[in-house]
Amino acid sequence: MPNRISIRIDGELVQAERGQTIFEAAQANNRFIPGLCQFKGLSTVGACRLCVVEVQGVNRLLPSCTTPAQDGMAVITRSAKLNDYRRQALELLFAEKNHVCAVCVSNNHCELQAYAQRLGVTNVRYAYRYPRLKVDMSHPRFVIDHNRCVLCTRCVRVCNEVEGAYVWGVAGRGIGSRIACEMDRDWGKASACTNCGKCVQVCPTGALAEKGFAAEEMVKRQDLVERLATIRGTMNPGGSR
Amino acid sequence: MPQTITIPHVTRIEGHARVSIHLDDAGEVSGAQLHVTQIRGFEKFTEGRPYYEMPSITARICGICPVSHLLASVKACDAIMAVRIPPAAKLLRDLLHCAQFVQSHALSFFHLSAPDLLLGMDSDPAARNIAGLIEKHPQIARDGIALRRFGQQAIERMAGERVHPSWTVPGGVNKPLSSATRDAILSEIPVARSIARRTVKLIKSILDQFPEEIASFCNAPTMYAGLTSPAGELRWYDGILRFISQEGESLAAVEDPLDYANFIGEAAMPHSYLKAPYFKPRGFPAGEYRVGPMARLNVAASCGTPEADAELAEYRQRLGERPQSAFFYHYARLIECLHGVERMERLLDERRILDTHVRATAGVNEREGVGIIEAPRGVLIHHYQVDEHGAITWANLIVATGHNNLAMSRGVEQVARHFIHNGKVEEGMLNRVSALIRAYDPCLSCSTHALGQVPLAIDILRPDGVAVQTLTTGQAD
Repeated sequence: MPNRISIRIDGELVQAERGQTIFEAAQANNRFIPGLCQFKGLSTVGACRLCVVEVQGVNRLLPSCTTPAQDGMAVITRSAKLNDYRRQALELLFAEKNHVCAVCVSNNHCELQAYAQRLGVTNVRYAYRYPRLKVDMSHPRFVIDHNRCVLCTRCVRVCNEVEGAYVWGVAGRGIGSRIACEMDRDWGKASACTNCGKCVQVCPTGALAEKGFAAEEMVKRQDLVERLATIRGTMNPGGSR
Repeated sequence: MPQTITIPHVTRIEGHARVSIHLDDAGEVSGAQLHVTQIRGFEKFTEGRPYYEMPSITARICGICPVSHLLASVKACDAIMAVRIPPAAKLLRDLLHCAQFVQSHALSFFHLSAPDLLLGMDSDPAARNIAGLIEKHPQIARDGIALRRFGQQAIERMAGERVHPSWTVPGGVNKPLSSATRDAILSEIPVARSIARRTVKLIKSILDQFPEEIASFCNAPTMYAGLTSPAGELRWYDGILRFISQEGESLAAVEDPLDYANFIGEAAMPHSYLKAPYFKPRGFPAGEYRVGPMARLNVAASCGTPEADAELAEYRQRLGERPQSAFFYHYARLIECLHGVERMERLLDERRILDTHVRATAGVNEREGVGIIEAPRGVLIHHYQVDEHGAITWANLIVATGHNNLAMSRGVEQVARHFIHNGKVEEGMLNRVSALIRAYDPCLSCSTHALGQVPLAIDILRPDGVAVQTLTTGQAD
């Protein structure tokens, strides 16, 4: 079977590799699709729904990060409908937790903020929930602020798939879901944490940050983790590459 | 018939206030109250946040003097980290603070109070504002705008942003000053200084036109509080918190910021969200004291810069060693403005100001920290307690305007008694009540942590509490 396939992205015929997801094929062909939970080298979960695309012949939107590209497929990555859905997804994220950009360590270096700006989120149509959430500062070097978490689970995946420490997991159900450390203990008491900081670097927002950084100071170094993840990912059946 | 006058919105102030003036059967003033009508709640909702986020959160208390909150907050954080910040960082914070004083004082005088002073207390309220000032006295208005811009631009040059910069951080500042920035600010100093000089001259020339206001604006002895160096020089960024009596007797000198609580108590007022701090050893309400420009000049022996000291000597010669009428806050404010420009120049000439080591790092070494600085409106105190990981467990903010609460309330009554007789209330009188409040340059939204509503209103109430007349000097929200 040939390794190259042909798909149409926004009307243009492009080449992709067999086994690539639509997201990867689009990225390889310089097409922009937003995505908060997707991270190169980690397994995909389709959690954020920002990367939804229209596929001809399918009567619902599909997350491009989990949908494999098929030979002859026609995909729309940009349309008014998609923009509206993506904006709704972002607005729901903003309404769900307490995102206050102005005082955030990741202000100006935040993926959530950048997508909101790029997709034109000027207001949030849903009522904010203002949940009371914890800031766990017990770790000597890092801090997790659940107020800023979008539940992308990049931290969970990088800890499992790259570091192999299995510190992070998701506790609770539905709107009560949250990232939890080991069996829901304080991060500072985690027995498996190696203090490597990969979870901090892959976090798209200011939810995971290094301690002592003031507003706007937390710039994530994702290139290093991405490199590690793609080298290791080739041996990891869970990884997409 | 007895009645109560309400000024529902005091205009040309920062924040929102309401005044109630109670009249007796003969139409004479029987009492007056200043109400600050909103609550902000920063002390409560910051609980649980990391201490190092406090500077950026508390800076949002105010858009006029965010730098003051930033600096009080980072000082409290320095205390929690128990670090001595690098000398260059101290100089840079001081410099930023001076720029903030110049811009804030320029705003208070030119934009908010000059319309009363230059166009007249009784002039047409529709034109009694900065736009009216531009029309009648374009050169003065231009000076005001230029001086404020000088301060704001210096802040922007140093810190990257004019409002809510994130440059000052616990342990110092996050970027050193470049020589290009230093030179750019230095090049603007001569013009700023000549404006500051001109403006002091201006206030001196018009002082004699306001004998009644001088006599009635809070013209009573109080205690004063302010920061000074050990030698008694005026200090804004760091110093010893001193309390003095009207006669100049030293009542207390707080060297360790944590000791402030032994000297300052806070009373809650039933009619206002603004608490009333008082000097603890004297009790409440006898412990009334004032802060701000006039209080600072009363507390300090000297300014420490030549031109401001010369002006201070003339000020004391003219008004006495420790003037007490709140009207002189304007005069004192402008002397401080001149001092601010002079001090900026001095700091920029410091050898170490360009040092690249500007930040100390540390974790949580103390569970409690207090930062005390002089904001443009007076002493500002940030007090935090944290758990062993550095999460805020308790916070107390005592904001400059709060210290003046008792004096402002009493002053409102004094002005009302002086200008209201036989139940006759005119707009010019209301404006004098507002002008008294403006003299203190209060930042009411800062001091109660309130959400936006309305500027000032005056209620006129009968003895049974029924409002007979409500006079608004601003717009309802």
